[in-house]
Amino acid sequence: MFAYYLDLALRSLKRNKGLTALMVLAIALGIGASMTTLTVLHVLSGDPLPGRSATLYYPQLDPRSLEDMRPGEAPPKQVSWMDGMNLLKAGRADRQALMTGGAVAVSPPDAAIDPFFERARYTTRDFFPMFDVPFLYGHAWSRADDNNDARLVVLSYRINERLFGGADSTGKVLRMGGKDFRIVGVLKPWRPAPHFYDLMTGDYSNSEGVYLPLLTATDLKFPFNGSRDCWGNSANVDQKTAQCTWLQFWVQLDTPAKAAAYKQFLDNYSRQQKSQGVYQRDPNVRLPDLMQWLDYNQVVPSDVQMQFWLALGFLVVCLVNTIGLMLAKFLRRAGELGVRRALGASRRSIFAQLLVEAGAVGLVGGIGGLLLALAGLGLVRMQATDYAPLAHLDMSMLGATMLLAVVATLFAGLLPAWRACLIPPALQLKSN
Amino acid sequence: MEIGPILSTLRRHKITAFLLVIEIALTCAIVSNAVFLISQRLERMKMPSGVAEHQLVMVQMTHTTPARDAMARTQADLAALRAIPGVKDVTLASQVPLTNSSSNTEIRTDPSQKLPTLNATQYFGQDLIRTFGAQLVAGRDFRPDEYLDYAKVIHNLDLVRTQTSSVVITEALAERLWPGESALGKRIYFAGVETRVVGVVKSLVRPSLFEGDGGAQWSMIFPLRMDVNHASRYVLRTEPGSRRRVLDAAARVLRQLDPHRIILEKQTFAEIRTDYFRNDRAMAGILLGVIVALLTVTALGIVGLASFWVAQRRRTIGVRRALGATRGDILRYFQTENFLLATIGIALGMVLAWGINLFLMQHYEVARLPWIYLPAGALALWLIGQLAVLGPALRASHVPPVVATRSV
Repeated sequence: MFAYYLDLALRSLKRNKGLTALMVLAIALGIGASMTTLTVLHVLSGDPLPGRSATLYYPQLDPRSLEDMRPGEAPPKQVSWMDGMNLLKAGRADRQALMTGGAVAVSPPDAAIDPFFERARYTTRDFFPMFDVPFLYGHAWSRADDNNDARLVVLSYRINERLFGGADSTGKVLRMGGKDFRIVGVLKPWRPAPHFYDLMTGDYSNSEGVYLPLLTATDLKFPFNGSRDCWGNSANVDQKTAQCTWLQFWVQLDTPAKAAAYKQFLDNYSRQQKSQGVYQRDPNVRLPDLMQWLDYNQVVPSDVQMQFWLALGFLVVCLVNTIGLMLAKFLRRAGELGVRRALGASRRSIFAQLLVEAGAVGLVGGIGGLLLALAGLGLVRMQATDYAPLAHLDMSMLGATMLLAVVATLFAGLLPAWRACLIPPALQLKSN
Repeated sequence: MEIGPILSTLRRHKITAFLLVIEIALTCAIVSNAVFLISQRLERMKMPSGVAEHQLVMVQMTHTTPARDAMARTQADLAALRAIPGVKDVTLASQVPLTNSSSNTEIRTDPSQKLPTLNATQYFGQDLIRTFGAQLVAGRDFRPDEYLDYAKVIHNLDLVRTQTSSVVITEALAERLWPGESALGKRIYFAGVETRVVGVVKSLVRPSLFEGDGGAQWSMIFPLRMDVNHASRYVLRTEPGSRRRVLDAAARVLRQLDPHRIILEKQTFAEIRTDYFRNDRAMAGILLGVIVALLTVTALGIVGLASFWVAQRRRTIGVRRALGATRGDILRYFQTENFLLATIGIALGMVLAWGINLFLMQHYEVARLPWIYLPAGALALWLIGQLAVLGPALRASHVPPVVATRSV
């Protein structure tokens, strides 16, 4: 039966080429625009560490002075060196890492390559196992190296390609900021999107090129990259004691019970700091998990959301347009449908036949929409935004595109098909 | 034109007419909002910077290791850059408008005030006002004896805390802090420092608009000399025609003076502006694309439906023609019909446009839709409708009266 309906549908579509082309074009445009924006939205609001994000938390403390306090205000988005070190040493979580962004001047061993500046991450070693960072060669530095100013470095895949042509460079020496560092590890390509662990250096920026132990980089006074917020009027510019927040602290807590206990620990810590006169404010702590943290920071650009709403509106217009055209087309065939009814076709089979026709339009429109979406994403990738390289159609979005096209067109076909199958057989025969 | 017969015909095609009205309404609503969003973006891209944009170029550099005698290095750099033919002024600026990297502070107009008044940005650099080409509208530029070395100040804040230092602010900041009064001689306090306003410039935009566009002009300039360990951006002023040459020469000179230097960026200010507003330009482009696509789809939809109606009413048209209606009458009939549908759609669309605007205002940084955009959207749809219906209507007007006499 389906094959027969399909045959009828194709014949009918061929008969009114102009009208068919119009419907296919409208569906293709609507689907293409919607899927382009939906894919960008999907990529940007995705989970950077699927399966792991629910156990990662971002503790927030409030060490600021009383004088600027606004009632009910949120704690700072970063921690001070003192708090970060205290929490790190307390070691109450399953894993914990203190980190910040930086930039280092890299002097390539190959003199033919000019020295260049590269974004760096200064961090303690748990960064690697906690965020499941994949190693191509070597491994992270040891926990002991976190505390002994070790001149060690982990390279990103990209930098290892650039400096050593992708060869195993572990054990080699790399000169950075005028100091020699031994390479202990090289990562596989790794670019979590969003750049969740540090939103101060760009929400969707590429991951850093080099990773250095935090204490080493701080003691060498390597350039800092990010946002530093200070309070009080102290003239102190020493990073370790200044009243400034400039580091990110992440913890891994494997169960909700541990998370609740950790929040209690942060509360007690704040209370203790206040009783010792270090903090001035009452405890004001938060412990968002990774996705809550991204949500709180509204990382998905509002332009991208607005584009999605716009495309959705456009799709609705295209569908209304298709409903109208299909209605016109089906009713115009009242004679033919009347004959089919008179020859014994049930209302149901007329309905099915017309829906198959609508589905065929949807399928062709969907393929057109897919091509348009691929072209649209190509245009997005040509933009000079941080997230541009991320805009790719994956298999799930490809499936969603076709599904959306067919479902939307079938939906658009419902009303016209229903109207058309109400045509009484006798009347049509008579008037002809 | 009698609209009675048109209405009674439409009543027999309720669903199709309704769909057309809905399509026009949605298109009208989206187009008016999209046009408004485009105009907002274009407006934003024209944001005044307060500097001599067509004369400025910037070279950003850094050292692989901190320079040893940074101030001497800086003075040598400045002298060499000034010697480049065509260079009028040079400064080593702590920050540059519209480059995103900025230093900001919370300021008060009264030291005893509990909460700060606002957050303003701080520009440092020798001869910065003159080099930038910022326009003084009151007071004066800094005197040479007012300048201090930034490197010395950050290691000993008493240098600025024991005496009142000078500051130049923008007209917008002055108006925000002391509305209707002269800002000259007024005091600004921050981080235990007291400063006195000695001059006001017409405008100087912040490097980064992280707090929204409202405070874009809240800038302060201080008489501090930067050195190459604390600042990375040399700004040069030249003739518009020599910008590219000066830029290349400056990068070359800087590398010659110190081979351990890395040139990070060399841009004209025009490029800096283009870069800064690239998202707005992209958004405006996307919106324009959507408007064109929407109007095209709607126009094609009108063509499709009108053609269907004409084909369906071929006989009626023939009868009317046989009864004495002229071609013009038939043409006007279909045009009026479209005009009526478009008008209902537009009326609905205006209400919808207002609703969409409310939604956008609630969720995004979008202003209230000025009423002028509504008639603009309406006019666009009336025009599109009339153009789209013209083809089918002309075809209808050519239906010969003899059709009426045929049985089919």
